[in-house]
Amino acid sequence: MTDGTGPGSRARGAIGRFASWLDDRIGLSAIMPVLRKKEVPVHRHSFWYYIGGMALFLFLLQIATGILLLFYYRPSAEGAYESIQFLMAEVEFGWLIRSIHSWGANLMIFMAFVHMFSVMLLKAYRAPREITWITGVGLLFVSMGLGFTGYLLPWNELSFFATRVGTEIPGVVPVVGPFIRDVLRGGEDVSGATLTRFYALHVSVLPALAFMLVALHVLLVQRHGMSVPPSIEAEGGPRRSMKFFPQFLLRDLVGWLAALAMLAAAAAFFPAHLGEKADPFAPAPAGIQPEWYFMFMFQTLRYLPAEIMGIEGELVGVGAFGVVGIVLLFVPFLDKPKGPDAKPGKLWTWLTFGALAYILLFSYLGYTFDPNA
Amino acid sequence: MKDGDSSTKPVTRKRFVDWLLGTSAGGFLAAVFYPVARYIVPPEVPEASVNSVTLAFAADDVPSNFGRIFKFGTRPGILVRTPGGELRAFSARCTHLDCTVQYREDLSHIWCACHNGHFDLNGRNIAGPPPEPLQVFDVNERGGQIVVSVRS
Repeated sequence: MTDGTGPGSRARGAIGRFASWLDDRIGLSAIMPVLRKKEVPVHRHSFWYYIGGMALFLFLLQIATGILLLFYYRPSAEGAYESIQFLMAEVEFGWLIRSIHSWGANLMIFMAFVHMFSVMLLKAYRAPREITWITGVGLLFVSMGLGFTGYLLPWNELSFFATRVGTEIPGVVPVVGPFIRDVLRGGEDVSGATLTRFYALHVSVLPALAFMLVALHVLLVQRHGMSVPPSIEAEGGPRRSMKFFPQFLLRDLVGWLAALAMLAAAAAFFPAHLGEKADPFAPAPAGIQPEWYFMFMFQTLRYLPAEIMGIEGELVGVGAFGVVGIVLLFVPFLDKPKGPDAKPGKLWTWLTFGALAYILLFSYLGYTFDPNA
Repeated sequence: MKDGDSSTKPVTRKRFVDWLLGTSAGGFLAAVFYPVARYIVPPEVPEASVNSVTLAFAADDVPSNFGRIFKFGTRPGILVRTPGGELRAFSARCTHLDCTVQYREDLSHIWCACHNGHFDLNGRNIAGPPPEPLQVFDVNERGGQIVVSVRS
């Protein structure tokens, strides 16, 4: 390859000619100067820049494994459970694809949470990145929706009753609640109609929404570059940075590979369960619980008394989480320094730690809760 | 890279790293795409080995010079009462391109509408594109019920 006349270099010449032919027509090389110019700040909090990329990689992996699952899945109350049973027992590597999809969903939402908390603590949502933040929170909500709808699809006992509980929750909202519940369920009860509905949401509506949000989110990140945390800005001194291409991208790749390795290990050692087929006429088994990212909310509702100041307890809980969700969307507008030179306040940092502590505590309580005690 | 060059060239650090990266990348891609390829290939489902079915309709429901489709496991079969009054059964899958055949009362034989294939009442392909005769089943009448079974 060094003498420049061998077959290798001739092949390269042909590839080069094809590349320039292609480039004359689509002009992709215009991206290269942008990629070359792009720099990523280097400081002691740089580690957190990689988490969002891992969430993005996991999202793409969910699309790929999700498409593969569609090859065998049958969305009906009669056939769903059996089709997954077939997939797990008969299809070669069916257990692997489903386990990666199931673990990947959990890891993606975990990474989305870590990414969000790191962005909150580093105040990366400050102007001009408000819309990046809003699309990010939107993505977290859509991901949780994907998790909730996907949970039902195997049509097993656990998911059936978890969906009954989950869709009953909006039912407590006055006036429109029962209507929302029935629209979600496709009827008064969780049935085959709910399954087809959740299937439609899970494989088309929510992924399309997520895809648009991801595109906007990533585009805005490219546009504004990485945010430098205020604490680093305040220190002053010379700013260090690294090239995005290829230095940062290669490090990103390490994160992606690490995520993939974690998933492969989890899928191999703890393959996804299927459980018992849902039977709408059987009593709910003990130990019905939602996915872990809903646990803190589920546990909160358990502790609420039947009535709080004359209002139904559950309604207070659901209303409170609704308010928190809306506040979360508008954090960049609520956390504003008072003057042009004012230091950013500590209030939101403490609120973030408070929320984190709340989620951890109530999840812990949820998993150790003894319904018989 | 001329013949014999590569074996005599000293292994530089760059060549070693290139080799290592290339092999790892190849191994990685194989580890991802091998399961995916195997996954996409559908597993062999043991054919619900139906050797015999009792039809859902009685012998009296089939007049002479008449044919009816029945389910033989997962596949369609056709039951024919010949103008002479004899019951015969065949696989209803045309041997040409897998369409389902029907009985033509006007011709008194079996016909495939897709590409105009004709079979006589012994299942033999007599006209049109079908390359082989229809699979013939055994028919037994037991107390008005029809039992169709694979001819052994």
